[in-house]
Amino acid sequence: MSTVTLKNVWKEYGRDVVLENINLHVESGEFVTIVGASGCGKSTFLRMLLGQESATRGAMELDGRPMPDEPGPDRGVVFQKYSVFPHLTALGNVLVAEELGTTRVTGRLFGRRRREARERALKMLAAVGLEQAAGKYPSELSGGMQQRLAIAQALMKDPKILLLDEPFGALDPGIRQDMHELVRELWERQGLTIFMVTHDLKEAFELGSRLLVFDKVRHDPQAPGAYGANITYDIPLSHTTPHPSVYRAVGQRLGVDPYPSAAEEEG
Amino acid sequence: MKRLINQTPGAPWRLALGLLPFVLVLLVYLSASATRLAENPDDPLLPSIAAMADTFAEVATEPNRRTGELTLWVDTSVSLIRLGLGVGIAMTIGLVVGVLTGLIPYANRTFSPFVSVLSMIPPLAVLPILFIALGVGEVAKVALIVFGIAPFIMRDIQQRVEELPRELLVKAQTLGANTWQIILRLVLPQVMPRLLDATRLALGSAWLFLIASEAIAATEGLGYRIFLVRRYLDMELILPYVLWITLLAFLADLVLRLIVRVVFPWYRARRS
Repeated sequence: MSTVTLKNVWKEYGRDVVLENINLHVESGEFVTIVGASGCGKSTFLRMLLGQESATRGAMELDGRPMPDEPGPDRGVVFQKYSVFPHLTALGNVLVAEELGTTRVTGRLFGRRRREARERALKMLAAVGLEQAAGKYPSELSGGMQQRLAIAQALMKDPKILLLDEPFGALDPGIRQDMHELVRELWERQGLTIFMVTHDLKEAFELGSRLLVFDKVRHDPQAPGAYGANITYDIPLSHTTPHPSVYRAVGQRLGVDPYPSAAEEEG
Repeated sequence: MKRLINQTPGAPWRLALGLLPFVLVLLVYLSASATRLAENPDDPLLPSIAAMADTFAEVATEPNRRTGELTLWVDTSVSLIRLGLGVGIAMTIGLVVGVLTGLIPYANRTFSPFVSVLSMIPPLAVLPILFIALGVGEVAKVALIVFGIAPFIMRDIQQRVEELPRELLVKAQTLGANTWQIILRLVLPQVMPRLLDATRLALGSAWLFLIASEAIAATEGLGYRIFLVRRYLDMELILPYVLWITLLAFLADLVLRLIVRVVFPWYRARRS
């Protein structure tokens, strides 16, 4: 059980409105992909779900209770980069997830409990296809492997919600495809609720079970910060490919090519 | 012809070019020394290499007539203990204060301005105060080194902690870490190699403060010795002592670099 409810949520920085009047209800087990033009507040939205930032108005609820206003183990996260600890090996990175929170003073496990945690960590590494790389430091891993590791680390805590902030934005297209399969498989098997921000429209359509498009409805050319973004499209996705007209409509709305080439995705 | 910035020396040249300045300085010294000694064999200013080697061997192997001790080794051990204590204490203070002010906003607000002002005070100007307050013994000398380099280390560590990617701190929190565990498992391990780097940079100043305090009030020590024999223009002893101090400083730097490389293998890889 992990429903997310937002009621009339606003986010403002001083006089600049980033998000205005967001209402949203997400059921347990949904895979929500979020797209929008750059600067439309989709990353801010994710940071608010994470607890890194708080809403200036309105209520955010997790399972019907107010969402904690700092990051915690109920919400896992994978960022585009800096998601894993550079000073720990792959195994250490997954193991540390088990150690933090269980031991208050030392932050380490010893003896039998450590062996058990190690077993679980190795199993998790195997689940993301990293069993061969357990002893390597992140700097020795490829970009795709680092993101696999970050996902494994986040899943160790059994988070209610998994937040992905453009997790595959820096990866090559081929590797990105592998990652899609991995995330899809983990989502289906573990019944996670996932929020994923991406700027790849194709990825957003193919991966999620529900697509949110963030965009500004109103513009004031004299005061660009006067109005914030809202959810302009909320599209339930069946796992069949959507009709091309849907792609085109969303693409036009955002002013992007719905079938971007690899070169354009880099930005 | 390539631009100068694109030309790199080959393997044999690299070594030769590196040695060149040393050889040049040595040659200049040898010729100047030989010229002066040819005019006056008792000239004290530019002694011959052999004379310096003799004097150095004497202080290293023959007991002092007055105290019965081996002068060089007593001086060296006394100085290194002062230096080690001062640097060690400064590292500890610098690490603790730097991590707290870098990570915890309340600590930052409380101590950061104070540390900034503290680091503006020229340490040598404080030396008389230290001698008056703490006496002319060991404590004042160690205190001068601590006072001289701790603010630098504090500020450096604070900056390094602030430079840690926000993402890592958020990630640790989503894994259930409290503030203490974030310090223990995330901040300290990542800052330790940087502490050693900062210490390497501070070592030069640490030597300066050590020699300055020994020059003013001491009964043994490397700095004390060279300032003592300065009265007799004893270049035969001063020059080898300076070389010896340089060697010790070089070795200290080397040891710190080796520790970083062996204990924190991930550190260099990440920066490259």
